[in-house]
Amino acid sequence: MFKLLQYEFVQNAFMAGTIIAILAPIIGYFVVVRAQAFAGHALSHIGFAGATGAALLGVNPLLGMFTFTLLAALAIGALGERVRGRDVETGMALSFALGLGVLFLSLYSQYSRETVSILFGSILSISHDNVLITLAGSIAALLLILLMFRPLLFASIDPVVAESRGVPVRLLSIGFLLLLAVTVSVAVQVVGVLLVFALLVAPAATAGRLTHRPISAIALGILLGLAFTWGGLVLAIASRWPVSFCIAALASLCYVITVLRRSWRTPHRYKALPHPNREYV
Amino acid sequence: MFEMLQYPFIQNAFLAGSFVAVVAAIIGYFLVIRGLTFAGDALSHIGFAGAAGAVLLGVDPLFGLLAFSVGAAIGIGLLGKEIRERDIAIGIMMTLALGFGMLFLSLYKGRAERTYSILFGTILGIDKTDILVTAIFSLFAIAVVLILFRPLLFISFDPQVAEARGVPVRLIAIAFMILVAVTVSISVQVVGVLLIFTLLVGPAATAIRLARRPLAAIGLAVALGLGYTWLGILFAANSTWPVSFFIATLSFGVYLPVRIFSPFWRARSFPFWRTRRPGLREQRSGSTEKSERLPTSGEQERQAEVPAASHLRR
Amino acid sequence: MVELEHVNIQLGGRDILEDINFTVTEGEFIVMLGPNGAGKSTLLKLLLGLINPSSGLVRVLGKTPRRGNQAIGYAPQHRTLEADVALRARDLVGFGLDGHRWGIGWPDPQRQRIVDQALAEVDALAFADAPVGQLSGGEQQRLLIAQALLANPRLLLLDEPLANLDLNHQREIVDLVTRVCRGHNIAVMLVTHDINPLLQVVDRVIYMAHGHSTIGTPEEVITSSTLTRLYGSPVEVIHALDRLFVVGAET
Repeated sequence: MFKLLQYEFVQNAFMAGTIIAILAPIIGYFVVVRAQAFAGHALSHIGFAGATGAALLGVNPLLGMFTFTLLAALAIGALGERVRGRDVETGMALSFALGLGVLFLSLYSQYSRETVSILFGSILSISHDNVLITLAGSIAALLLILLMFRPLLFASIDPVVAESRGVPVRLLSIGFLLLLAVTVSVAVQVVGVLLVFALLVAPAATAGRLTHRPISAIALGILLGLAFTWGGLVLAIASRWPVSFCIAALASLCYVITVLRRSWRTPHRYKALPHPNREYV
Repeated sequence: MFEMLQYPFIQNAFLAGSFVAVVAAIIGYFLVIRGLTFAGDALSHIGFAGAAGAVLLGVDPLFGLLAFSVGAAIGIGLLGKEIRERDIAIGIMMTLALGFGMLFLSLYKGRAERTYSILFGTILGIDKTDILVTAIFSLFAIAVVLILFRPLLFISFDPQVAEARGVPVRLIAIAFMILVAVTVSISVQVVGVLLIFTLLVGPAATAIRLARRPLAAIGLAVALGLGYTWLGILFAANSTWPVSFFIATLSFGVYLPVRIFSPFWRARSFPFWRTRRPGLREQRSGSTEKSERLPTSGEQERQAEVPAASHLRR
Repeated sequence: MVELEHVNIQLGGRDILEDINFTVTEGEFIVMLGPNGAGKSTLLKLLLGLINPSSGLVRVLGKTPRRGNQAIGYAPQHRTLEADVALRARDLVGFGLDGHRWGIGWPDPQRQRIVDQALAEVDALAFADAPVGQLSGGEQQRLLIAQALLANPRLLLLDEPLANLDLNHQREIVDLVTRVCRGHNIAVMLVTHDINPLLQVVDRVIYMAHGHSTIGTPEEVITSSTLTRLYGSPVEVIHALDRLFVVGAET
């Protein structure tokens, strides 16, 4: 089995998978905290149009993906910081982009192979160039997220107070969406447009159920992301099932187990004692 | 352009497309007001796994779609309230199902065309049996929605009072999700799993911004849905481009200006509603019964300031 | 109208209410006071039949509470409706009449008349056809009261109808509720944080703290000695500028 590691395509897969498994849970933590799961879903689908368009023009689909997701992130950000209530607007943009994607596909002759790899990921066919692009994009995104970590967390949890303290809430919101766009674009190579939640949301959501401290939740999310990616790759090579299926199945089962485990335990309740201080009658 | 209508496959497309457009617009209205658009999108994705599994087993994909999406609908209905966690749970459920869809796809050795048609729709390849099945399910869904109509509106806008009034809130919520699953399953033939939003949410989201009353919004949504579908089929029949592209573009092209301009339009029309019955107000404030009832001295000023304030609020 | 004897409520293994006793008579205006988490909203749910007491006797209109009781009007704690929803004020109010019935409901002049009457009752005819999302908090609150009034209730339960309203709008709602209570002889139980806007109109006060309650006229209940006993820690009631303030020591 380890002999396979000598092959360049397996090495590329592990390298790209590892980079993405570190980046995605960090961004995913904020996706969960900011309740922007739908934005992540939409960005990946919008990227589909970019990838098929690029394939049609004979350009690297990853670049098309970047272009479309970054533009869409700017547009969603322009809607205002209340992305939470914007499901309908986001969804309409998503379906329009998908419509374009369908058109590009129908104009493109190699219909099915390209579609499968964009929709469901093709980690075993990542080129060396794309590994380098992924590495560069991920490092940039990581640096940026470290830079804006504290204000972003503040703005995510209490935007009104954060704004009164002088945190540029609007700017952070757009900045975060751009980082999300980069993350989604690189993660699509591994798990595809349709399964992007497996790396973006599942590790972060599972970690968030196990620990409440931001730092430990992010660290645990990264560990889980790495475990799902490596485990999925090994499982796929051993079983000949698709890689993205293995990663998605591991990630979702892990989440389901934590949810069930949580509800079996009796909930710990904090008993607040009301006191009459400053109470108007 | 219209001579294409003579071909039976175009006629079939029109017939099935019309059924789907009507039922999707009605269900979509409730989906939007209940804030469940993501759930609707997820149901279609989950249905894809069922369809791919059915193709693998050699069964009609529609049954696979129905089985998976109805199962997921019940699951989502049981998940209940808390929105933030619910979106994540739905998203991960969707990921698991899509993973299986991918597995089924890779295990299927036959031609992949059938699966792609599930993703992107195949309205021009619809036959008579498909139409019959679509018609039966559409009429069923419309009938159930008509029965559930008032309680469903009630629990969507005012769940607490509805519960206090004895409306079975949870049960109706689950029944509604099942209707969404049925609608999604039959809509997939027209626009495909990935573009379900265009028929389900597009017409309703546009209509809600134009109409004020629930029934008017639903009527308008149905009209828009039929318009998009008919025009989409007509355009596609006269070109080589896919139907779902045309429907998605029409849906978005109508929604975008409405979304951008409706706030202005609403703000302008609002004082009109305030002063629509000036006779009524004068008549009432002049009557003795009123001054008896409300002896507060600030009453006159308040009456005067209400329309002005409302004008400024937006 | 309402009788509670030795009522205890436990939720999730925690005592919410302990040994609650009071009666409300017809046409009485009752205000329920108390700090957050004292169990005021829970008590309303109990009267609506949405939860059951762990022990004790509850009688509403002479019967054990059950869901869907038409004789009780209920307006829950207000939440802002979304601005873009296609629903007119009269549609929202209409839910109170037939929102729980199956079917689509056909236009009916009598229904229209009843809804108009309820809208007139709360002075909302002027904006009856406006989209609810564009109405102010006070206007939406009036609609909720109109909705609760539609079924001709004998008991009206209002959960924090004065929250998030400025003084003028608070006075409007207080006038409205008083009018309804006195004019139609409907018993009102109103949950609030601030009794001052209601001091002139209220008959009796239920003060709740730490799961216990006491009932009486405002002069009886809102005194330093009664509240000290209820909270189990020193509490002082201050009269200033014709208003009452309760001040307590940190415990």
